[in-house]
Amino acid sequence: MEITNIETIPGKNIVKHLGMVQGNTVRAKHIGRDFMAGLKNIVGGELVGYTELLNESREEATQRMISQAQAIGANAVVNVRFSTSSVTAGAAELFVYGTAVLVE
Amino acid sequence: MDQLINLGIFLSLVLIGYIFGRMAERRHFKSIREREANLADILTFSERKIPTDFDNCRGQLVSGAVVVSVDYFKMVSAGLRNLVGGRVSAYESLLERARREAQLRMKEEARRLGAKAVFNVRLETSAISQGQNNQTRSVEVYAYGTALIAPANG
Repeated sequence: MEITNIETIPGKNIVKHLGMVQGNTVRAKHIGRDFMAGLKNIVGGELVGYTELLNESREEATQRMISQAQAIGANAVVNVRFSTSSVTAGAAELFVYGTAVLVE
Repeated sequence: MDQLINLGIFLSLVLIGYIFGRMAERRHFKSIREREANLADILTFSERKIPTDFDNCRGQLVSGAVVVSVDYFKMVSAGLRNLVGGRVSAYESLLERARREAQLRMKEEARRLGAKAVFNVRLETSAISQGQNNQTRSVEVYAYGTALIAPANG
């Protein structure tokens, strides 16, 4: 599965457009790592636990998008976009969407 | 007496935040500058259209993310700034650090893949945790784009 965030897959021809595919995941942020993050908030700097958590979640959302694309017979996804929104206090939704295509 | 203790805790948190926050920020900016110099040969573009120079390259999505928290001193000073308005420099440097760091991580991934350039770079910023008075304590920046990899590199 090839993924780009431009309209094409470089070096390949798009044979067929198969429509939009998407994947999402909602994660609560205040579990376990919250205590350490609270301490880190005093001195500032990177919250490594949160960076990892969000990376894992985004990876999962992307996997869901990929399996949706595979289900409709695509072998690439173009024009991929990511978005993050806070749904309720303490939870974030990670959303990824793109256009499933068939390339040669 | 209780109020005095609370004031003492507050002031020491502000002081700790000021000292360690400044140290951490300086160290971070130094490492950002060094790594930016190392990765200067990987070009990034925000445009979608790929010039014909890269015609025989393979494209792959690369990304970098970072969550950076503001220190206690900066949070308090930003709160005070809210009263009078104007530039909130405490948050300016926070966002600058986060953006440059996220782009560096994206470039590092591109370097691992042997890419020469990254096209259609998008930066997304979101507030992560909220403190008292709904004040933002940390931000996440996510940078992503399409890396172009020359065929010789696989």
